[in-house]
Amino acid sequence: MTKSAPGTSSDWRDDIFAALQAADIRQVGYVPDAGHSRLIERCQADPQMRAVPLTSEEEGIGLAAGAWLGGQRAALLMQSSGVGNCVNLLSLAKSCRFPLVLLVTMRGEWGEFNPWQVPMGTKTQAALELMDVLVYRVERAEEAGETVAAALDIAFNGSLAAVLLSQRLIGAKRWVK
Amino acid sequence: MTRAAQGNDPRLDRREAMRALLEGRGDMLLVTGLGSTTWDAAAAGDDDRNFYLWGAMGAAAMVGLGLAVAQPARRVLVVTGDGEMLMGLGALATIGVQQPPNLALAVFDNGRYAETGMQASHTDQGVSLCGVARSCGIAGVYDVTDQQALADFARLLRSPGDRTLFARIAIQADEPPRVLPSRDGVLLKNRFRRALGIE
Repeated sequence: MTKSAPGTSSDWRDDIFAALQAADIRQVGYVPDAGHSRLIERCQADPQMRAVPLTSEEEGIGLAAGAWLGGQRAALLMQSSGVGNCVNLLSLAKSCRFPLVLLVTMRGEWGEFNPWQVPMGTKTQAALELMDVLVYRVERAEEAGETVAAALDIAFNGSLAAVLLSQRLIGAKRWVK
Repeated sequence: MTRAAQGNDPRLDRREAMRALLEGRGDMLLVTGLGSTTWDAAAAGDDDRNFYLWGAMGAAAMVGLGLAVAQPARRVLVVTGDGEMLMGLGALATIGVQQPPNLALAVFDNGRYAETGMQASHTDQGVSLCGVARSCGIAGVYDVTDQQALADFARLLRSPGDRTLFARIAIQADEPPRVLPSRDGVLLKNRFRRALGIE
């Protein structure tokens, strides 16, 4: 299933997966996005992780809260457009101080061909910060693993954190293939 | 205490229904949705193993899913209202895919948004929550409209879970006196985890 052995991966998505494993993430809620597809496959293939496809991103906020109530750690994968769907539900994580980690693949920025992605893509970070979510950005492949690890760290110390994976990072990867 | 069904109205009393679901609950874990089902659970007796949602409308079923996956050896019951369930209908599709055998959902259906002035909900206009649950592939779907069916469903909750359960429970559209549990989300979360031996 995996294209490279743990610890020797050269793909930033494998580095993110390794960070999820290292943080003992057991439930991964996701709405599919092309930029997350390899990470989703890695999560699905791991018997220690329950990969849960969601019909809409806000479902993930409830899932992550339930996981934590039951003693498991969850992470959520989504596209930037899905962040807008989450805003009211973030009040659940905030009010109860549930740990929350969103890994967000960006649309509506670098090289976007669909102008309908631009309004939410350009406001994704602001929407998260409006709800007091800590936002980290990844522009370069070599930063992905450590940035996600840092976000997981701070989230499970009682914060809401999001990592925005820039469209330049994702797009560049896709276009060379 | 007993509020008998009036005339040929088959609908059940919400407080009695909640008590029936929780009676002899064993180590059952309970999640309730924003609004009346939270007051019903508090009226039945506050418990550290109750997690009450005071917001996040539409999230109750998904909180139950995350909890059921994390605690596969425990019965997890979500009790919420028709309006709360309608706001998160997609969760039934998500749960239908996951099929956690220890998860049970009970929707108290009065066809009304009781908290906001008793406006009619979609179920009052013929939308069938049982139909949605069935279409989503949930294995055990029950339309509960009388005491016997309620007792049967409550008995299912006591047995080891072998499939995801969903019940629509027809309740009267009334507003019994509010019984409010703590609104402190951090407290509710921490005491729940402590009761499970996590913290």
